[in-house]
Amino acid sequence: MLLTISQTQTNDSENALDLGYLLHKNPANLNTVDLPFGVANVFYSEASEERCSAHLLLEINPVELVRGAQQLEQYVNDRPYVASSYLTVALGRIFGTALAGKCKKRPELVHAKLNLTAIVEVVRARGGAEVLTKLFEPLGYQVEATRLALDDRFPEWGESPYFRLCLSCTGTVHDLLTHLYVLLPVLDESKHYFVGEAEVDKLLRHGEGWLGRHPEQQLIISRYLKRRHSLMDQAVARLVEEARLLDESAEPGGDATAPEVAALAEQDLERPMTLHTHRLNQVAALLTTLQAKSVLDLGCGEGKLIRRLLADRRFEKVQGMDVSHRSLEIAAQRLHLETLAPRQRERIELIQGSLLYRDKRLEGFDAAALVEVIEHLDPARLIALERVLFEFARPRYILITTPNREYNVLFPTLPEGKFRHTDHRFEWTRAEFQDWATRMANRFGYSVRFEPVGPEDPQHGAPSQLAVFTQGVAK
Amino acid sequence: MKRLEVPELAVVALIGVSGSGKSTFARQHFLPSEILSSDFFRGLVSDDENDQSATPDAFDALYYLLEKRLTRGRLTVVDATNVRPEDRKRIVEVARKHHCLAVAIVINTPERLCQERNQQRSDRNFGAHVVRRQSADLKKGLRGLEREGFRYVHVLSDTSDLQVERIPLWTNKKDQTGPFDIIGDLHGCAAELRLLLEQLGWQRYDLAEPEQPWGAECWRHPEGRRAIFVGDLVDRGPHVLDCLRIVRNMITAGYAFCVAGNHDVKLMRWLRGKKVQIKHGLEQSIAEIEPLPPAERNHLASFLDSLISHYVFDDGRLVVAHAGLKEAMHGRSSGAVREFCLYGETTGETDEFGLPIRHNWAAEYRGRATVVYGHTPVPAPEWLNSTVNIDTGAVFGGSLTALRYPEREFLAIPAARQYAEPIRPIAPVADARTSQQVNDDVLDLEDVTGERIIETRLHRTVTIQAENSIAALEVMSRYAVDPHWLIYLPPTMSPSETSARETYLEYPTETFNYFRKNGVERVVCQEKHMGSRAVVIVCRDADAAQERFGVKDGRSGICYTRSGRPFFPNPAEESAFIARVSEAVTLAGFWDELETTWLCLDCELMPWSAKARELLQRQYAPVGASGIASLEAAVHTLQLSPVAAHLVPAFERRLSRVRAYREAYRRYCWPVTSLSDYKLAPFHLLASEGAVHTDRSHRWHMDTLQRLAAADPGLFVATPYREVAVQDMEQVQAATEWWETLTGQGGEGMVVKPLAFIEKGPKGLVQPALKCRGREYLRIIYGPEYTADDQLPRLRQRSVAGKRSLAAREFALGVEALERFVSRAPLRRVHECVFGVLALESEPIDPRL
Repeated sequence: MLLTISQTQTNDSENALDLGYLLHKNPANLNTVDLPFGVANVFYSEASEERCSAHLLLEINPVELVRGAQQLEQYVNDRPYVASSYLTVALGRIFGTALAGKCKKRPELVHAKLNLTAIVEVVRARGGAEVLTKLFEPLGYQVEATRLALDDRFPEWGESPYFRLCLSCTGTVHDLLTHLYVLLPVLDESKHYFVGEAEVDKLLRHGEGWLGRHPEQQLIISRYLKRRHSLMDQAVARLVEEARLLDESAEPGGDATAPEVAALAEQDLERPMTLHTHRLNQVAALLTTLQAKSVLDLGCGEGKLIRRLLADRRFEKVQGMDVSHRSLEIAAQRLHLETLAPRQRERIELIQGSLLYRDKRLEGFDAAALVEVIEHLDPARLIALERVLFEFARPRYILITTPNREYNVLFPTLPEGKFRHTDHRFEWTRAEFQDWATRMANRFGYSVRFEPVGPEDPQHGAPSQLAVFTQGVAK
Repeated sequence: MKRLEVPELAVVALIGVSGSGKSTFARQHFLPSEILSSDFFRGLVSDDENDQSATPDAFDALYYLLEKRLTRGRLTVVDATNVRPEDRKRIVEVARKHHCLAVAIVINTPERLCQERNQQRSDRNFGAHVVRRQSADLKKGLRGLEREGFRYVHVLSDTSDLQVERIPLWTNKKDQTGPFDIIGDLHGCAAELRLLLEQLGWQRYDLAEPEQPWGAECWRHPEGRRAIFVGDLVDRGPHVLDCLRIVRNMITAGYAFCVAGNHDVKLMRWLRGKKVQIKHGLEQSIAEIEPLPPAERNHLASFLDSLISHYVFDDGRLVVAHAGLKEAMHGRSSGAVREFCLYGETTGETDEFGLPIRHNWAAEYRGRATVVYGHTPVPAPEWLNSTVNIDTGAVFGGSLTALRYPEREFLAIPAARQYAEPIRPIAPVADARTSQQVNDDVLDLEDVTGERIIETRLHRTVTIQAENSIAALEVMSRYAVDPHWLIYLPPTMSPSETSARETYLEYPTETFNYFRKNGVERVVCQEKHMGSRAVVIVCRDADAAQERFGVKDGRSGICYTRSGRPFFPNPAEESAFIARVSEAVTLAGFWDELETTWLCLDCELMPWSAKARELLQRQYAPVGASGIASLEAAVHTLQLSPVAAHLVPAFERRLSRVRAYREAYRRYCWPVTSLSDYKLAPFHLLASEGAVHTDRSHRWHMDTLQRLAAADPGLFVATPYREVAVQDMEQVQAATEWWETLTGQGGEGMVVKPLAFIEKGPKGLVQPALKCRGREYLRIIYGPEYTADDQLPRLRQRSVAGKRSLAAREFALGVEALERFVSRAPLRRVHECVFGVLALESEPIDPRL
């Protein structure tokens, strides 16, 4: 990976050789620095009063790269070649003085606005060129991004996620390095070290003065902190607090304040969840009406329905099942199983299991809920689920929700013929779902009725649909 | 010496006051592990054997252990005073729960002697009144022990000069290993019985001294076969007495066994003068028997009374009971066992004909023993989880069926006419598939999860850890094809040991050395195709698929990956692919030649990019693109700097390695726009009806499969191969050069296998295959720059031992799965093995091997 920083003289009062002082590296020398994970070389390809270009070339020790690898793909990866957190760590070590905004010999240069260019080969940018522009333009850079071909032999494979990034600006070296330091890992979206609370400090320290005003603040925080919600909340809270302190000292009025920005961001986060929340609330309310005392949450995922049921003491026993062991671990954490009061703890059971296998542990419950589960199964394997659920588990009530395919045309971003989720194996129209559910009811001795889930469109129905099965034939 | 009989499986309650010598007696006659002593358990829970406050806890622990032992069928002695009926009640209850006999052994030592012994013991400091009261309790209960439920009661006043003899249970005929002819419900169909016996090769002869009412007719088999009757000899049919005579005489002569049927018991009760309802064909029996003199009727009653509930034969591998028997009751005796054997397990409900609805115990049966039964007439005998009902309703105009064991062949004689009207019509089930296939639609979680120990023919047992099953359950449920199709998963394959040549990771020398060292003389070297491993199952048509695989998805074949995922996401594409494979199989004439309607092929499907396109787009191509761009920029920039220019050659070398890497993966990619862009290279014809072809040499597999390539050269690729005698260094050298050529042209390398397919060496199963991969190809595995001086030496330190152990276990499981499928085992038995392969794949092994 290679980072080039160039200064170009724009008038006689400037001297491009100042870059050497600012970076604290002599243009005449090759600087070789051993790092824990490899070797960095700093050298200049040109050094004159008109133009000066410094290069940081980083080679990663291959042993470092495979540390802790378990999957084959971890052995064949782009880490040695792209600008990642390795580069920013190297940046911090090698240009530490400049990054700290210091210059011993020529302190007056630190605040000098210079004509600077930075070229990064190669950056991986999730979200494409658009993200590069969104991140750097608000900071005053002119962004030039050249996308690399994935493989010119196979144009049908599409484009690569890589760019040669060229940033130009008139600004301080300190700002340039700071922005690169924070934003390169944001582009790459991966870090080679553990991201903990220290990372929040680091982000806020280097983001001081610009992060709070950056329109993509939310994106930067989220990616920099690897989407760890607890850390993101901390960062946002501290930014808001800093902004409040600033506000108090500043004049009233002006642009949108940081708290407003944070509130908007929160709304953004919540918006996509409303349908699911609605669905869960509807199922939970129905279970209450049915007076089910023991409930199976089949395909419980991370335990959102369980949490709702737990809040109501009328549910004496709630058993969540999922095929993913990882989901159950997260559910156990979210439900705080380890620290729950014994009386509460007794009411929950989380088990790993599959709806395609008969399971004695599923017998004897009042009700079972399958919230957005069946569409994740191959249609050919539904025959197993049908018997496992209706014949063997045989709860008194069964609640099944699944997307209504007719509604898909109302999602503006969903291409025609595509499913809502990449793992959906099918999505049913209302007629298809009702046909299946009615056949199940007849075959296994249940009666069934249907409810829409979510706001109903007169033509396409509601986004999701719910079938309520009751054991025994309706009178 | 006095003999004291104790059944081989029983709960033995020792009864006697403190100091009577119970523990001494127990130690003399039973194993230490068979004795559960209340004193000992008091000590275990409280550190003090005499702490009476610990008694309830001690007994809880004692009974817990008792139940565990009884579940496992171990005789157990309860060494406690047991002097009060309430103490003994729990013992009898537990014995009954586990269908074991309860035996009471009373040690009736004179009270005076007990008192003396207790006084001599420093740890027994209770007063004389305790023993006195125990003694009184004991005397009071002595006469009622049988009533309490003890089937054997021994009262001993002297325990010396005595021998405990373990007697086999009546049901235990484990020493009888057959072969057997097991015959269904007779119901007075003597004519059909005679025909059936003749057909089975039995010969009729007359007894020298016939007794009344039994007559002289008897049958024996010249090859020493034994007959087993599943009961219900009587009622409904025309020749009840003849049936009784033939069966009784054969039993007496030692040629037959018979278990009791519900009709036999009811007739016996009628004969004994009990009040029974005369219906369901009892009237026919009465009509024949009533004229007999009372003495003869008594003989009949005694004979019927002597029939026991069930038998366990052939070292536990065969169980015969009239209405079947669940595993927990095999070889046990209790009222409940007898009820089950006579009537089956009922749910307590009745159907529209007033007959009890039966719980389908056979659907849940998981035992290893074959269970043969009758009782409920069925249109034809059908295997379900190693159980089979052979009552084909002779008396109702069906047929009389015999099962030949161990051959597992059926032989049936159609009834001459219908003798009785069935209460419920004997109708075939609605589903066109077998009961086993319908049953197999739902597998039970208990059959795959938790720690599992799977017995395989090739590798003794393979253990699957619970945590590995967890990972497999998710893959199997979310991604795999319908388990009905999943009869095999290929094993992982180990590379050869790291080459002695410093610039290589793998080289043929080590591959051949391995086989030479393990005593394999001839190997086959096959070119390793770089595509995706694919298992292809192809049936003659969709009907054949339904018949053999029990699927209802309309497919006539399937193609899935090494982790059981469907290869073609698009069903139309899959069916076109299968149709094309099927045509080639037809052209090659395999259906008739192998007498089969289906084949299972182990293949490589190319191009790699067809299945791995996402992987190529997400990972392999990006590494090349970023590597080349990044290193090109580095070389270019370094060239501009005089102080850093000396670094240029190193970066140029790196650049050329990454370019070589890109060339390496590019060779295995080509666009697929239609079916004809695929290439299928089958290398094992794994199985067809009745046969797993792992007993054939790889030469046979190669020769046979080449005919597919001849039939459809557009789709099939014949795998280039050569045989090598590993002792012949000239041949080894030639094969090595062949490998050099293959890999020099960018080939992946070769796979070397013992020619005989399966070979056992001094250390067990020899690796069924080793791969030897080319230097350039390995860039895709070890990283573009793995050949660099700072990488290769480190990478050479690798161990293949774990990979080889895994490969051997997975291979054994895969072959086991096929063998079970071919022998028509229940799907869960097949699924257990493929699930096992998938579970083993989650073991942490260096994925680059």
